[in-house]
Amino acid sequence: MKKMKILLGASALAIAGFLMVAADHIDAPDVASTSSDITDFYAFQGQNENNIAFVANVQGLLSPMATTSATFDENVLVEINIDTNNDNVEDLVIQAIPRNGKMYFFGPTAPTATGLNSIIMKDATQTVVDITAYGEIAKVTTNSNGIKAFAGPRDDPFFFDFAQYSAILAGDATSFNNPGDDTFSGTNVMSIVVEVPKSMIGGSGTINTWVESKRK
Amino acid sequence: MKTIKIVMTALLVSAVSFNCSSDDDNFTTTPTPTTLDFSGTYNQADQMGRPAVNTVFVSSGSKDGFNTTIPSEQNAAFQGMFQANLMGLSPAFANPGDMNALGQDAAAFTGLLATDVLNVSLDGTTTFYDGTNVLTGRALADDVITVELLLIFGGEDFTENPALSNDNVNANDKPFLASFPYLASAW
Repeated sequence: MKKMKILLGASALAIAGFLMVAADHIDAPDVASTSSDITDFYAFQGQNENNIAFVANVQGLLSPMATTSATFDENVLVEINIDTNNDNVEDLVIQAIPRNGKMYFFGPTAPTATGLNSIIMKDATQTVVDITAYGEIAKVTTNSNGIKAFAGPRDDPFFFDFAQYSAILAGDATSFNNPGDDTFSGTNVMSIVVEVPKSMIGGSGTINTWVESKRK
Repeated sequence: MKTIKIVMTALLVSAVSFNCSSDDDNFTTTPTPTTLDFSGTYNQADQMGRPAVNTVFVSSGSKDGFNTTIPSEQNAAFQGMFQANLMGLSPAFANPGDMNALGQDAAAFTGLLATDVLNVSLDGTTTFYDGTNVLTGRALADDVITVELLLIFGGEDFTENPALSNDNVNANDKPFLASFPYLASAW
């Protein structure tokens, strides 16, 4: 049993080194293990059913020790894109960028230009929240438009027996285990959570949304 | 190690002190963005819509390219690669008429996934899949990996390849919060 654990540990290390990890953790060589690596994206109806909450996580697989010194990068813009007319081109963006210990949110607002390059829409609706430090109670803010914001380290909400999936793909196993082993257990991410009234992102119907990290 | 501890304590103390004083700052003028530098152009590094799409369906040499292709152009650039990789993972999709539980053949399924955006309903339940609603959002507790495994390996009625269609990790390692910011505190 002990030997198996050691083997599993070794294979987990090998996976972290050579393969790409789900959900979007370490998904591609250019962003793996950088401050712009998106790990996950969620969008769901808020506790207030008139709102949608967006969660954008970056910098995955942080151990508790690594989390104590983890920071958001002031050169990395996290941009939530919202398409309201089903052409998969953003009609609105919510931009999040850190400055001096605070996370600044701009939008939802129509961007000056769509696509791969962005400028910060600094005249748009602004929401500012102190970045929560490791170990602190979550600091949240609500602005006068009803937008809620949070930024700081959180438990990685993603769960997956990625080690076994990789073993199956490698031909070293033929099935998942039951119970499985959550590869993301005990790890943290740097998380940005913003909740906005549905009326600001189309009101009704279906939106298409995705998150981008963009570097200056 | 001891030095690290002392430094960390100092950091903690300063963080806590800062926290105390920052409450008072609520009554003073906070710096407006105009005093901060938000200038310049920010260029795309990473992007994501649905979970695990780049990881599972994009071939290793194309992952950075997928991250820097805008969603409206992803289908034309990547659907063929997605279909080939899906058939590699789950060869049954190569059989004529073979479908997933959404009634999609390989072309239709990868045609949906190749445009990597998350569809979100503004009119009610938001879930990746809850047995009734399909692709109306992504909630924190959604077991998105098992849903994707079922759609890849589970066949027309989720019964095929049971050993491959559930990773048997069904929930997060910490409970989520009912209220904002919803995610559990860090470990």
